[in-house]
Amino acid sequence: MVSQAARAGDSAKKGAANRKVKLSVRNLTIRYGDVVALNNANLDIYENEVMGVIGPANSGKTSFLNAINRMSDMRSNMTVEGEITFNGVNIRDWRNVYALRSRIGVVFPLPVGLPMTIYDNVTLSPRLRGITDKRVLDETVERCLTRAALWDEVKDRLNHLGSMLSGGQQQRLTIARALSQDPDLLMLDEFSIAVDPVTTMRIEDVLKELKSQMTIILVTNLVQQANRLADRTSFFLNGEHVETGETEALFEGRTQDQRTRDYIEGRFG
Amino acid sequence: MFAATERDFQYKRTEKMFRALFGFMVLILAIPVLMILAILLIKGGPAISMAFIFTDPTNGMTEGGIFPALLGTIWLVVVSMMASVPLGIAAAVYLSEYAPDNWVTRAINLATINLAGVPSIVHALFGVGAFVVFFRFGTSILAASLTLAVMTLPVVIVSSWEALQSVPRAFREACWNMGATRWQTIWNVVLPNSIAGILTGVILQVSRAAGETAPIMFTGAALFLPFLPESVFDQTMALALHLFVVATQVPGVPEQLPYGVALVLIGIVMIMNTLSIWFRMKLRGKKKW
Ligand SMILES: Nc1ncnc2c1ncn2[C@@H]1O[C@H](COP(=O)(O)OP(=O)(O)O)[C@@H](O)[C@H]1O
Ligand SMILES: [Mg+2]
Repeated sequence: MVSQAARAGDSAKKGAANRKVKLSVRNLTIRYGDVVALNNANLDIYENEVMGVIGPANSGKTSFLNAINRMSDMRSNMTVEGEITFNGVNIRDWRNVYALRSRIGVVFPLPVGLPMTIYDNVTLSPRLRGITDKRVLDETVERCLTRAALWDEVKDRLNHLGSMLSGGQQQRLTIARALSQDPDLLMLDEFSIAVDPVTTMRIEDVLKELKSQMTIILVTNLVQQANRLADRTSFFLNGEHVETGETEALFEGRTQDQRTRDYIEGRFG
Repeated sequence: MFAATERDFQYKRTEKMFRALFGFMVLILAIPVLMILAILLIKGGPAISMAFIFTDPTNGMTEGGIFPALLGTIWLVVVSMMASVPLGIAAAVYLSEYAPDNWVTRAINLATINLAGVPSIVHALFGVGAFVVFFRFGTSILAASLTLAVMTLPVVIVSSWEALQSVPRAFREACWNMGATRWQTIWNVVLPNSIAGILTGVILQVSRAAGETAPIMFTGAALFLPFLPESVFDQTMALALHLFVVATQVPGVPEQLPYGVALVLIGIVMIMNTLSIWFRMKLRGKKKW
């Protein structure tokens, strides 16, 4: 195991050889009926790195996240081919899909505060796993809301409806809810799209804190957000995984594909 | 600061016009309802008393009260709802939350919607064939209630289905993504946010079951019975049928009697509908998104 200090260090500077693969994707093809959303993607995501995923709309970024979570099971028109290995086990071979999903926290583009109290939003996941001890739940609520930078704003009204918070607060609530799962992997899908700039910055600070404790996949429509947060960055375009590289290198123009450089530099139609 | 322009005045005039137009339509709707209520109150009001509600009809149903009919209606409604509500909600949950989105499901949905529009006399004939004859329940509360259940079931399914569908899909997805099973998602998120709509639909069907005559006429309701039902295998009197009888079948009934029966029947329906509105407000007030 890598020590806490080393893990918190800049993973970009660690040699590729001693990185542990958290998630490996092989020949992944995602279809909706006849529409190919992602075609034959191959990439690895290492433990405790932030993997940025950038690319224009309809590139297959959201579909990629959904495939990792096996949401295709819930959608009749979505088919997934290829292999995704999470924690060394093919996601199809997980004991049950619910155990897999509870290891993975998801934050959606539009904040989804569930129509229940703030307290219930954050305790839903532990309660689903059968935890009923009030002390444990109370502790979870305070810990997760604090880590999501929301505790101070809501600690006096935990029994208010989660769905009645402001957009930025709801987005932090969904992060707290994802954290209540104690996830190994946190997947964020364009989290800042409906959030004000100040909240975006606060959430980015939260993510910087979290990256020492979990693997993060950060799908973002803001190229500079990937630059600020991601150790490595993947570029998706029209269902193609174009390339993955060290964020630093990509943003200094050392890309393998001209299209990646064009997109990062904003020269894209 | 800002002077009103001609255009502002024009907006205001249009606004006023539409407001008046829609107000007028509401009035047109309300007038018949209010008139019916007024007539019932004026003509039937004098008939209403504790004795009217709690005693038996006497003298060939031209005098006395309506107690057996009132009690019978309660029997029929309770037993029929015990059958159609759990079944209807379960079917709606299956169709909305579990069934794959394919032509079979769509066909079942369409059939249910159409079944909801079938005239009650058709359900009555089905009830005679199925419950009275085939299952050998005879003409009984059970047969009549099951016939009412068959009649209300499609509507309970459709209205519950609509209530379930009104819960945004994003809530389900958020819950599934946390590792919740379909049932956990239904129990924790979908049902708590659709129960108001489901109950509203159910209660409207209670009113309908209380008011229908055709489905019970041949399956379990009697014109007159000298005793009260003791089990679901007995026949019973019922308000709706009693109203039909005293209004058209028995000579020499004082005018206020049928109006009194109608008033009690409408009173039950209105209490039910008020309950449903109250439920909706109470539950909606708590759950918002
Ligand atoms: N539920 C769906 N049904 C059908 N097609 C879909 C669905 N979701 C996405 N797609 C299609 O898949 C492609 C990739 O979409 P998506 O993964 O959402 O891309 P991104 O997140 O990069 O914008 C698009 O062409 C989109 O139209
Ligand atoms: Mg997307």
